[in-house]
Amino acid sequence: MKKIKFFVILACFSLTSLVQSQTDVDGIMMGQRNICGGLVYGYSAWNQYWEGQTLRTNENIGTVSSNSVWAMVNYGISDRLNIIAMVPYITNNASAGTLIGQSGLQDASLIVKWDCYGSKFKNVFYNFIALGGFSTPTTNYVADYLPLSIGLQSSNLMGKIMIDIQKDHWFATLSANATSRSNVTIDRDAYYTTEMIYSNIVQMPTVLGYNLRWGYRKDADLIVESVFDYMNTIGGYDIRKNDMPFLSNNMDICRIGVNLKLPIPLVNGLSFTANNMYTISGRNMGKATSFMAGILYQTEFTKRTK
Amino acid sequence: MKFSRTFITTCIVIYVLFSCERTPLTNNMNYVALNPINADTSAGNWLPILLTNAGEIPMTSPISVNSPDYKLELLEIKSWQNNISSSEQATIDYWSVGVVLRWNEIMRELVAKYNLPPYQNPDGTYPIPNASNPLAYPFFPFANPPYAARAYAYLSTAQYDALVAAYHFKNIHKRPRPSSTDPTVKELIPVPKDYSYPSEEAVAAGASAAILTLMFPGEQEYIQQKLTECKNYRIMAGANTRSDVEAGANLGKSVAAKFINRARTDRAGKAVGTPTDWANFITNAQNKGEIPWISQESPKRPPMLPLFGKTMGFLIDTTEVINGRPSPPPSTSSDQFKKELEEVLYYSQNATRERIKIVHFWGDGAGTYTPPGHWNAIACRDFIELQMSEVRWARNLALLNMSLFDAAICCWDAKYHYFNPRPSQMDPNCKTLTGLPNFPAYTSGHSTFSGAAATILGHINAKRSVDYQNMANEASVSRLYGAIHYRSDIEVGMQMGKAIGKKAIMRAKTDGAE
Repeated sequence: MKKIKFFVILACFSLTSLVQSQTDVDGIMMGQRNICGGLVYGYSAWNQYWEGQTLRTNENIGTVSSNSVWAMVNYGISDRLNIIAMVPYITNNASAGTLIGQSGLQDASLIVKWDCYGSKFKNVFYNFIALGGFSTPTTNYVADYLPLSIGLQSSNLMGKIMIDIQKDHWFATLSANATSRSNVTIDRDAYYTTEMIYSNIVQMPTVLGYNLRWGYRKDADLIVESVFDYMNTIGGYDIRKNDMPFLSNNMDICRIGVNLKLPIPLVNGLSFTANNMYTISGRNMGKATSFMAGILYQTEFTKRTK
Repeated sequence: MKFSRTFITTCIVIYVLFSCERTPLTNNMNYVALNPINADTSAGNWLPILLTNAGEIPMTSPISVNSPDYKLELLEIKSWQNNISSSEQATIDYWSVGVVLRWNEIMRELVAKYNLPPYQNPDGTYPIPNASNPLAYPFFPFANPPYAARAYAYLSTAQYDALVAAYHFKNIHKRPRPSSTDPTVKELIPVPKDYSYPSEEAVAAGASAAILTLMFPGEQEYIQQKLTECKNYRIMAGANTRSDVEAGANLGKSVAAKFINRARTDRAGKAVGTPTDWANFITNAQNKGEIPWISQESPKRPPMLPLFGKTMGFLIDTTEVINGRPSPPPSTSSDQFKKELEEVLYYSQNATRERIKIVHFWGDGAGTYTPPGHWNAIACRDFIELQMSEVRWARNLALLNMSLFDAAICCWDAKYHYFNPRPSQMDPNCKTLTGLPNFPAYTSGHSTFSGAAATILGHINAKRSVDYQNMANEASVSRLYGAIHYRSDIEVGMQMGKAIGKKAIMRAKTDGAE
């Protein structure tokens, strides 16, 4: 049931493991007036999920799968200030049971990425990067229908700090982020969490995230890296035995994976990106395995209006 | 150092953004204190439901207001009032909205908490909750819609009879309010200018706690804590003395005992049935040439409370249930059935956001207070505005909940008499927009509940009768939109419900309260 949540997280919180280059998870900045556009396909599926902290299967949902297509664009306002925008279209389905799947355009995100301080010490480059992001639903999709809803309907404010270290072509990037989520209005006027709440408003607990990636990179379009990603919801409650998941559950997830980005020969600025993430632990989430693959195109944006 | 200053500022802004205090959202805490327009001081003459008469359960006379013990009771009030803590004030604010209302809410909360289907055994069978071991998994009860309808009904009817008895004894003992015997006692809430012994609030609380303990035996600690709070509230607020409250709670408990005896023999305890019963439903349907219902859960779950239709209702007896049984649904081999199945498929495949909203608003599935709880919530919101006495609150909720209970009985009788398959069984393309209930389709429980509730509520609160009917229609059609019911299920269910609601109106017109 949690697979959805998995995607929601991708979309709303950290965009981790999506478009992996020059996004909000890496330490790479785009040059001034450079623009990068990307189209990425993602697939994720799980047939086990954590009900609270207990891993289980559910024959009445079988395998929950999610297919998504992400459009993203990244623009270099200056060498030290980039803005990133993205939006996914998501389709979720369960392989068993009677519940109908959901699909639609999910949340649009806008992220400002600021390379606030860089230095070099004994051939090692250090970069401190701060990011701020906002995401909001683009459509009135159903949120209170986990695990098949395509998102959670909250508008989110994300803040992140990042340190990137590079020596020769070897690098490591560590980041920490916090996401504050707006209240969500659901279609019901009462619901039970750990108590009865007579309201159609759901308070969404804050989410913290940590991301560590390390590997080899050459320029901005050849990257091979390992990724460790941890998301921790501060508050929220556990799904009770045999209950349905809910928006304000305490959703945690820890994942590892690999990511790569390769230049596509012959076409300058075109690159291929792919990754594979595997869930190693979680809480109130699906034990998802995900794959992504996409094409990115980067060019200098020369058109000027004088 | 410009960088570090900006960086620190950014961190502070982020910290502030993320540490904003969030206030609780639940909106049942903002109601005003109950101040009845009519104290209903003659409610002792109203017709009880189970009691043979309002004075059936004897009550000893209170100690004299001139006695030293009574003076001590006044001292208890005053010592409390000298130093009311914020949590005590919160207790007063909470209960002063209405004791009958708050106990109804407590039951709704427990229903939601316990409304979870048990997880299967390793061999694919399902464990059955056991009332004598409620704290071991599967927790007792599985508070599904029929169980909940019955629980709400026993709560409201016991409250009502207990309150009729309370008003009867108030007028016999004629003990003045504490503020009349001692002007230095403050009344912190609106208090009717009638008698104090027994405290009708404590009577309702004593009855409520006893019924809740029967229905949710694993929650005794919580229930006792609420009972203590409720009794203390009357004393802290200066409305009653200790003896008003203790005698009241005892009276309430004694009245409830009569209802508990009824509940233990109302046949609901056998509603789960046996594997033989379950097999017979299939054979019966096949013998009629019909395709029998099959659980769509995996592993296949036995049908929910298949013998609940034999339970003793309050408004309708078992003979009437059978005689009033609706005519059969369209045969599973008929053209009409095919047509209705196609309509369900249309709603499954052409869901709009507006229809999904209706489906989910009225879904009331697992983990909720169920459709009967939803109608209690609707009724209570309106009753708050009517500013009724506690006894009228109980009477109106008893009429509502007897209707919902009897609706459950009649509906469950029809469901298992006909054992009609769900749309998803007949066409796997009929994917559902909400959880598929694990029992036969005909007739729709939501429609039967809603027809009954809207009918009796329209009588109680006539100025809203059109609204109630519109709500009932929406609740009913939500099951078709959700692709879990055929049109016949919802239409016939609505008719059944309305007929039960009319039975409740007949009682309402003759119970002495109108």
